[in-house]
Amino acid sequence: MIAQMLMDGLIAGSMIGLGAIGITLTYSILRFANFAHGELVSWAAYFALSVSTALGTALPGLSASLGPFSFGWSLPLGLIAAMALTGLLALFADTLLFARLRARGASTIILVMAGFGAALTLRSLLEFIFTSKPMYFTSALQIARPLFAGARATPDQLLGLGLAVALVAAVHLILTRTAAGRAMRAVSENQALAGLAGIDVAKTIRLVWLFGASLAAVAGVMAGLLVQIRPYMGHDLLLPLFAAAILGGIGSVPGAMIAGLIVGLAEAACVNFIGAEWRAAVSFFILVAILLLRPQGLFGKAGA
Amino acid sequence: MAQGATAAEMEQKPAIKAQGLKLAFGGVKAVDDMAITLGRGEFLGLIGPNGAGKTTLFNMLAGTYRPQAGSILINDVEASGRDATARIGLGLGRTFQIPKPFPQMTVLENVVTGAQHQTGERLFANFLRYGKVKAEERAAIGRARELLDFVKLSHLAHEPARVLSGGQRKLLELARVLMADPSAILLDEPAAGVNPALLEFIISRVLALNAQGKSILLIEHNMDMVTRLCHRVVVMAGGRYLTEGKPAEVARNPAVVEAYLGAAA
Repeated sequence: MIAQMLMDGLIAGSMIGLGAIGITLTYSILRFANFAHGELVSWAAYFALSVSTALGTALPGLSASLGPFSFGWSLPLGLIAAMALTGLLALFADTLLFARLRARGASTIILVMAGFGAALTLRSLLEFIFTSKPMYFTSALQIARPLFAGARATPDQLLGLGLAVALVAAVHLILTRTAAGRAMRAVSENQALAGLAGIDVAKTIRLVWLFGASLAAVAGVMAGLLVQIRPYMGHDLLLPLFAAAILGGIGSVPGAMIAGLIVGLAEAACVNFIGAEWRAAVSFFILVAILLLRPQGLFGKAGA
Repeated sequence: MAQGATAAEMEQKPAIKAQGLKLAFGGVKAVDDMAITLGRGEFLGLIGPNGAGKTTLFNMLAGTYRPQAGSILINDVEASGRDATARIGLGLGRTFQIPKPFPQMTVLENVVTGAQHQTGERLFANFLRYGKVKAEERAAIGRARELLDFVKLSHLAHEPARVLSGGQRKLLELARVLMADPSAILLDEPAAGVNPALLEFIISRVLALNAQGKSILLIEHNMDMVTRLCHRVVVMAGGRYLTEGKPAEVARNPAVVEAYLGAAA
């Protein structure tokens, strides 16, 4: 029972962590809480669904299940397309909206409100195009396999968990070991100074959008595969995403992932010990508690 | 042959040639019709009372402020329409009176941020051109370590930059600026707030850079330092060019003395 709770928590938490990385990066570099990030998650799931359905229809061989998984090659290909398309969507939103406001020196609250507006628009567009009826990547049923101490998980869930861990490691390495990552950290620490040090700030900001959006795409495809695809899927993840980003410390990638796992585990524990109807309150509770007790988060630096 | 001719020509061309520079904030003319030329390899001082417009002039030369009128040639390229990042590409470096490092990054990383045009700044190049990126990164880190040796901060290379003292931050900033290999450097009061022992070291570094052929434009209130370092001094007062000459001549010039006393009164 406890082992199963841990397993469920880790799987949900890895999705939350991936989404939270995008939020923590945009927050620390663009200096505003982007409430449209959840919609990138939803759009990514629909992008992947459209591409994988189209591929499966054109080349039926691509939808044949891969080994123990419920999906065929069409889904990983759809995911790659969704990462690129979601990145373009984020750049489009930035060019159309956020970049113009930044250029005008808009205050943070204006950017946040613009994010709300963008979220509403993007979500309504999804409902308009795809309706609010839940959709699925595959209709194949998967049997959860016993793992340890009575815990069970489906191969899809384990793959998702592994992918999340690998991606966090990759993102961490890119941020700490490459010139692109160094530029992102420099812009996050002091945008004006970064420009004076010869870093192309506009290019770095575009890179951050691409980066955050493609991670949101992975979270969206995972959520779509493990739960279902709905226009509100990203919106419903927003509170856990922000709870994880702030709990982890704004700007900290490993922090966002670890905090995502904590939020996922806390939700699973809540479902187990208190009741499923309180699940949504967990993130809210964590968010308020961290803001009151340690606003810089677990891995953030005071004053950063 | 043609290449040799160009190199000879370059010898003649000043590192910086600015003319007719003008910038007003509201109704206040911070800099008005200012001209300044920094010769190749020259060590030029820029002095004047507080509020004379020296730092504003620096900000226009470095691209932080856009002048409302005038032209700025950096290594013979018109730069007044280009931003600060682009001017680094033209060979200009600039330090601040109160330097700010990237506080959470290590001292070494702070220096490496000054490297220009790294292939690894493009995200996908890190995967697609791994060999080239790796070689460049290694070269950049090697160069950064040499520069840290030059400013004697090597022992702090892996500390976060926030632990550095004010004087050490000046040296770190100088190393970061040198990472882009500028041919001309603007130094804004390197002596201000630095203890005497460190000041001598900063002076020795600046002289070494000039000996390497870098052109230097220095804002400094410490007249002793100006006299020791500068070949020539330009005096500004009230946002305008007042006079110029050898350091000792300028210090005796009654107009200069009056500008300083007038500002103090």
